[in-house]
Amino acid sequence: MRRGSRSAGPRLQRVDGGIHLHGDWTLAALRPRLMVLRHQLGTHRQNAVWDLSQVSRLDAFGALLLWRTWGGSYPETLIMPPALANSFERISHAPIVEEPRPARLERLLTRIGKGALNIVDNLRGMVELIGHIVDEVCRLPWHPREIPLRETSAAFYKDVVCALPIAALLGFLIGIVLSYLSALQLQNFGAETFLINILGLGVIRELGPVLVSILVAGRSGSAITAQIGVMRVTEEIDALAAMGVSRYQRLILPKVLGLTLGMPLLVAWTSAAAMIGGSFSAWMQLNIDLVSFFERLPAVVPIANIGIGLVKGAVFGLAIALLACHFGMRIKPNTESLSSHTTTSVVASITVVILLDAIFAVLTRTIGVAR
Amino acid sequence: MKAATLPVELVDVHTRFGKQVVHDGISLGIHAGELLALIGGSGEGKTTLIRHIAGLSKPDRGEVRLFGQPFAAGTYNERRLRRQRFGMLFQHGALFSALNVFDNVAFPLREVGGLHADEIHTLVMSRLALVELDPQQAWLMPSQLSGGMVKRVALARALALEPELLLLDEPTAGLDPERAAGFVKLVRNLHDSLGLTVVFVTHDVDTLLALSSRVAVLADHRILACETVEEIMCLTHPFIDNFFHAYHRRDEPMTPWAR
Repeated sequence: MRRGSRSAGPRLQRVDGGIHLHGDWTLAALRPRLMVLRHQLGTHRQNAVWDLSQVSRLDAFGALLLWRTWGGSYPETLIMPPALANSFERISHAPIVEEPRPARLERLLTRIGKGALNIVDNLRGMVELIGHIVDEVCRLPWHPREIPLRETSAAFYKDVVCALPIAALLGFLIGIVLSYLSALQLQNFGAETFLINILGLGVIRELGPVLVSILVAGRSGSAITAQIGVMRVTEEIDALAAMGVSRYQRLILPKVLGLTLGMPLLVAWTSAAAMIGGSFSAWMQLNIDLVSFFERLPAVVPIANIGIGLVKGAVFGLAIALLACHFGMRIKPNTESLSSHTTTSVVASITVVILLDAIFAVLTRTIGVAR
Repeated sequence: MKAATLPVELVDVHTRFGKQVVHDGISLGIHAGELLALIGGSGEGKTTLIRHIAGLSKPDRGEVRLFGQPFAAGTYNERRLRRQRFGMLFQHGALFSALNVFDNVAFPLREVGGLHADEIHTLVMSRLALVELDPQQAWLMPSQLSGGMVKRVALARALALEPELLLLDEPTAGLDPERAAGFVKLVRNLHDSLGLTVVFVTHDVDTLLALSSRVAVLADHRILACETVEEIMCLTHPFIDNFFHAYHRRDEPMTPWAR
């Protein structure tokens, strides 16, 4: 029965009542035949004669596999070279320590409590952040040298100028789609000329600012959060503080200023692109030529709407920048925290922008709408 | 037994970053069971060399052989099995920050597949005991660990699959002398009990003296010498003089500074 050749793979043989193990009993060697060997081991009794003298190598996993077969103690008759005993020693003394887990109700309550405290903590952090920024802004006029002009300019370039192409494309396409769909409906009532009213009001007052905000929240908001977060993880922010440089002044204020000042411009640009897209579509669909489209536009859309759109843009930009910085400062030094806070930052920004938009709609309901 | 194959063999390795030459023809054989230290000035490419060995980067010319075979040889599965035969300890630990200590050590075991959860549990706990960590610390996150503990957990992870070869990049950097000495002792014990081959990069003389059985000196983009520490200390070369200078001076009695 005994095969003469000696292969490195683990083998198990029953030889007149005894069990002989051969070859390498290591994880790498066991892995390909693990199912079969588990089954073979399972059929053998602990009180058989176990002969390990032919085992060439034994690692912790091999030892563990045998140890579990034996039910957690050495079998009565075991032939084993002393060199292998080390592996058994190591795994037989490994403690079983379960992860401490509180009871289910306790877990639930802790979760609710933590969630509530987290909201309070976030609100407090936000108030603190705004306080620091206001403090900086009030101090800077007396120290004009410290106004972070370069940083603001850099933030403006990165968050606004670089977003111009994608914003234009977005606006143009939305303008075309909106104009096309509206035109189809308006044709049914013979009210084609009202297309200009719908597009003008809808885009300049509502869609333009909200669309740009969503774009900027996804594009710049996430970048700001991740950047500040990584700077926290790598202790760069602490390095700034150690040099006596205020992070609010150098890091946060430029981003807040850049977005607050830049967003209205981005809104104007996107709305313009949407109007151009809309006018093209109107020309194709309803045969309203471009000149009369843009001649009628100021007549049917009161100028106040542009003001509302731009103010919205500034407020939304401010909100996005504040939230992005706020969540960035809360990132803890691990990858999980970085990803979850970046997600939270974008989701919170978009939610807040839409909430603010609703508030604007209520406050400005009598302004710039022809009745 | 076949004729002993070297765990690591570097044959005429050339590396350059852009125009900067890092390795200019390095050949080195590392024998099974030895503790080989790589020393050299900064920018001499010690870490790059250990990354070559681990297959994380490739030399521009020359060959790195692991267990007698070039790195790219064999099928996907063979390459993976070869990779499981060595463990690497990164300079800053490189623990997965989103996983706790237990899951970090369990990660390579779970990758193998086919192991039961309680088997993994026992194996992880035995690895943690091996690096002298308390079982209660298994549930901590990497951000809650001190520098010395991070190194121990990283070592436990590198040892999870019981590799034959252990690569250590600056094992004692960032540890205070006492912890460094403890860590060196730990690696020595593991070397003795598991029969490991250890290759490590260091610039700490204490670590070098306490751990190495042979020292390879990287200087002028080549292996200057590969001997025991005593023999290396007899050589005269500006780098070697400098390296051991501080150590020699420390043995002299301290003279009080100007009174």
